[in-house]
Amino acid sequence: MSAEATTVDARTGESIYAGGWKSWLTTVDHKRIAVLYGATALIYFVVGGIQALVIRLQLAGPESTLVGADTYNQLFTMHGTTMVFLVLMPLAAAMFNYMIPLMIGARDVAFPRLNAFSFWTFLLGSILLNLSFFFGGAPDAGWFGYANLTSERYSPGMGIDYWMLSLQVLGVASIASAVNFTVTILNMRAPGMTMMRMPLFVWMSLVVQVLILLAFPAITVGLVFLMFDRFFGTHFYIPAAGGTPVLWQHLFWIFGHPEVYILILPSFGIVSDVLPTFSRKPLFGRPFVIFSGIAIGFLGFGVWSHHMFTTGLGPVADTAFAIGTMLIAIPTGVKIFNWIGTLWGGHIRFRTPLLFAVGMVAMFIIGGLSGIMHGSPPVDWQQHDSYFVVAHLHYVFFGGTVLGLFAGVYYWWPKVTGRMLDEGLGKIHFWTSLVGMNLTFFPMHFLGMDGMPRRVYTYAAGTGWADWNLVATIGAFVVGLGTLVFYVAAVKSLRSGEPAPGDPWDGATLEWTMSSPPPEYNFAETPEVHSARPYWLHKYGPTREASTHTMEEGTPPQPDEPPERIHLPSPSWWPLFTAFGFALAAGGALVGLAPVLLGVAILVTGVFLWAFQPLERPGGPVYGPSAASGD
Amino acid sequence: MRSFAPAEAFPETPTIAERTPHELSDLPSPRRALGAASRAAVALAPLLLSGCAVSYSTLEPVTDFGRAILDVYGAVLWVTIGIFVVVEALLLFALWRFRSRPDDPDVPEQVHGHTLVEIGWTLAPALILFLIAIPTVQTVFRTQAEPPGEDPLEIRVVGNQWWWKFEYLDLGFTTANEMHVPRGRTVRLTLTSDDVIHSFWVPRLGGKRDLNPGSENTLWFTADTTGVYEGHCAELCGTSHANMRLRVFVDEPDVFEAWAEEMASPAEPDSAGFQAFLASGCAACHAIDGTPAQGRMGPNLTRIGDRTTIAAAMLPNTPDEMAAWLRDPDSLKPGVLMPDLELSEERIDLLVRMMEDLR
Repeated sequence: MSAEATTVDARTGESIYAGGWKSWLTTVDHKRIAVLYGATALIYFVVGGIQALVIRLQLAGPESTLVGADTYNQLFTMHGTTMVFLVLMPLAAAMFNYMIPLMIGARDVAFPRLNAFSFWTFLLGSILLNLSFFFGGAPDAGWFGYANLTSERYSPGMGIDYWMLSLQVLGVASIASAVNFTVTILNMRAPGMTMMRMPLFVWMSLVVQVLILLAFPAITVGLVFLMFDRFFGTHFYIPAAGGTPVLWQHLFWIFGHPEVYILILPSFGIVSDVLPTFSRKPLFGRPFVIFSGIAIGFLGFGVWSHHMFTTGLGPVADTAFAIGTMLIAIPTGVKIFNWIGTLWGGHIRFRTPLLFAVGMVAMFIIGGLSGIMHGSPPVDWQQHDSYFVVAHLHYVFFGGTVLGLFAGVYYWWPKVTGRMLDEGLGKIHFWTSLVGMNLTFFPMHFLGMDGMPRRVYTYAAGTGWADWNLVATIGAFVVGLGTLVFYVAAVKSLRSGEPAPGDPWDGATLEWTMSSPPPEYNFAETPEVHSARPYWLHKYGPTREASTHTMEEGTPPQPDEPPERIHLPSPSWWPLFTAFGFALAAGGALVGLAPVLLGVAILVTGVFLWAFQPLERPGGPVYGPSAASGD
Repeated sequence: MRSFAPAEAFPETPTIAERTPHELSDLPSPRRALGAASRAAVALAPLLLSGCAVSYSTLEPVTDFGRAILDVYGAVLWVTIGIFVVVEALLLFALWRFRSRPDDPDVPEQVHGHTLVEIGWTLAPALILFLIAIPTVQTVFRTQAEPPGEDPLEIRVVGNQWWWKFEYLDLGFTTANEMHVPRGRTVRLTLTSDDVIHSFWVPRLGGKRDLNPGSENTLWFTADTTGVYEGHCAELCGTSHANMRLRVFVDEPDVFEAWAEEMASPAEPDSAGFQAFLASGCAACHAIDGTPAQGRMGPNLTRIGDRTTIAAAMLPNTPDEMAAWLRDPDSLKPGVLMPDLELSEERIDLLVRMMEDLR
């Protein structure tokens, strides 16, 4: 390697995030890509949140005229699509990106440039989706876009085109990153980091990646059929020509139900790591928690038709999918009991990450139990497509996913930014979110049982639904206020937060053995792992239980300087270039053939230039003693 | 199960009957009773549509189907409430009991798990779920088997953006948005759609079922309490999904017979009004049985004067509302397929009066 290699050492005080905009566009560092994912998700969280507030304002009273029917349909479609694909998935992806390599003792992900490609594809796909607001109208057929409402005849505008094209782009981004993380977790673990020693967050991430790999192809097939129907006159979903709209429902929910677990399992993983840290105990029943996560992922593929109990599939299908659905409750219950078992007998420290983790458990129980209710088809016949289901899914997605992800945000923020978040503001954020979400979503159970259908932009005064709707609207603004507190705390922390030590929470896993933020190369020395709690054992010695069979050794903190020279992958323009070609090819389809062909040409060129560019090149980042001494 | 006892066995529920306009009439002749009831219903309609609360509650079913669902719901509800209380209490207790204290030793006892406990809390939920599964599966099969009784009333329900067509197959007439059924006789709905997927949901009659274009679903129920029951389309079906509402009238059998007899007889519209109807092009989409107006695109208007509501149970059927509807349908129901025909006030007046008399 060249002696001119420029070296930047984190120890000199230079931030790993320093560097101009060009360094961000070309970065292949998993930590920087994680920050890009996280920042994008937090921006879209504001967008989706504002959409939710407008929805709630419209429903605050009967016969409201704040927004019209068409605008309202666009708002709830975009709220759902944004929150699922542009907030919860990328916020989880940010944590996969940042934490998985640190938790398994790796220097980066398996395919650093593919990682960059995933992010840029995601970002451009999300922009394509949101351009619909400005050019041609946003999609308005709901986040699960049932055929044949999405057909050319009943949705002649461009909204559905934007939706189906951008979801295909986002799907490619998800699949690419799923391949990447699967390989990373399977192949790049440090010596001694056996599968059963992996932190629960890594385990649940692995299950999520497998779910993405298996579920996204189903929706892609569904979207390609839809695209052919709309662009090329096929009749996959057109009943007048012999097609079947119900086919879409199967394809969508074969994706859509695993997608629910794609959204919730990262939170399960976070909670399973946060609760032990703050109760100063190991995770109770660790193998049971792992295998129940796998069981949830597996069973998640056998329950899709519980979204279709009113479609009219008949008693046999109803029974099969009801039983499958009830089976999923068993491993989910096992997890909840083990979390309580983890707290039991601990020394629980009520820091913000713990509050969010416990809040997640408490709220997810409600979402899980209401899910058991409409897991029973007769009950579902009343609750389906009513506000009861809106209540249920928000207890799962907000109470479960959002609170869980915030537990992770508060837990790992010091590691990522090198600064602490304000505890006081964090607690305000937690309590307003908890009170606000219950004010918003709990009354929706009553509204649903009282016959209020979902996706209605207006309701009559005599329905008796006005009071609970007003309460829900007030609750939504409480949630909004609490979320605002988080953004204030985040800015405050970045500007003037207290500097974070490497191990602010007295953690047990490998990410706490290094400085905050970690150096660009992560591990100066490849760690050796002998336990599921390597850093805990280093600090506190072998536990009584563990010592009864084998003495487990801990893993010490990382040295300040790498003892050997480390070459890192060089920055590259081609992931961004390739992603741009792909997004152009998709978005171009809204305009004409020429931009599609141009996009494909850029895509193909990008793939070739990328393939023939060495991963490590002269001038790339090099660290270590030999580099500093000029080799 | 009591929910599947013959309809005659169901007790009357006066609280619900009190709300029904039909009870206002105790005239012996079904024909006269019908007339009075209809007028009372029309008079009550604005009241029902504004202010005075109407129950949509799934917890107050008036059919065997609705009660069967409520039975399962009741069982599941109490089980889940029980689990909720126990688990949340355990969680809160653990948080309170094991909060860190200044005098704690450095590290708590490092417990890794307990296999027997794990087996216990795996089997317990499995057992509880098994108990829920039994009534679930029974009800799934029973409510989707052939309906009990010899002679169900067959009604074909066809969804349209954004209104409902009800074809009384055996009785030979078609109506829209307001369905009448007799108390105590099983009604079998055949559900389909002319455009996109809709879902038939009248919460007090029981669960919903989708109207899929290109295929047919069935749903049956036996109502046991007379009254007016409101419903909605429950599957997003486009711009005015929220405005696709319906009403079901459960009538005493003799009242129903009289209504059906009248519905099956041809209408005799006022001739000036009917001329205006033809001249305005209304007949391209709307039918008035017994006249040359045989449009099929929009709701059948043969007995429109009998209905309590217009525009898919959205507006009370009063001359003023009807006139406003004819003036600019889209402003009342966004996206509606009925065009603004730019009718003169004179013509609107003729049409409104003709439709008022179509009863």
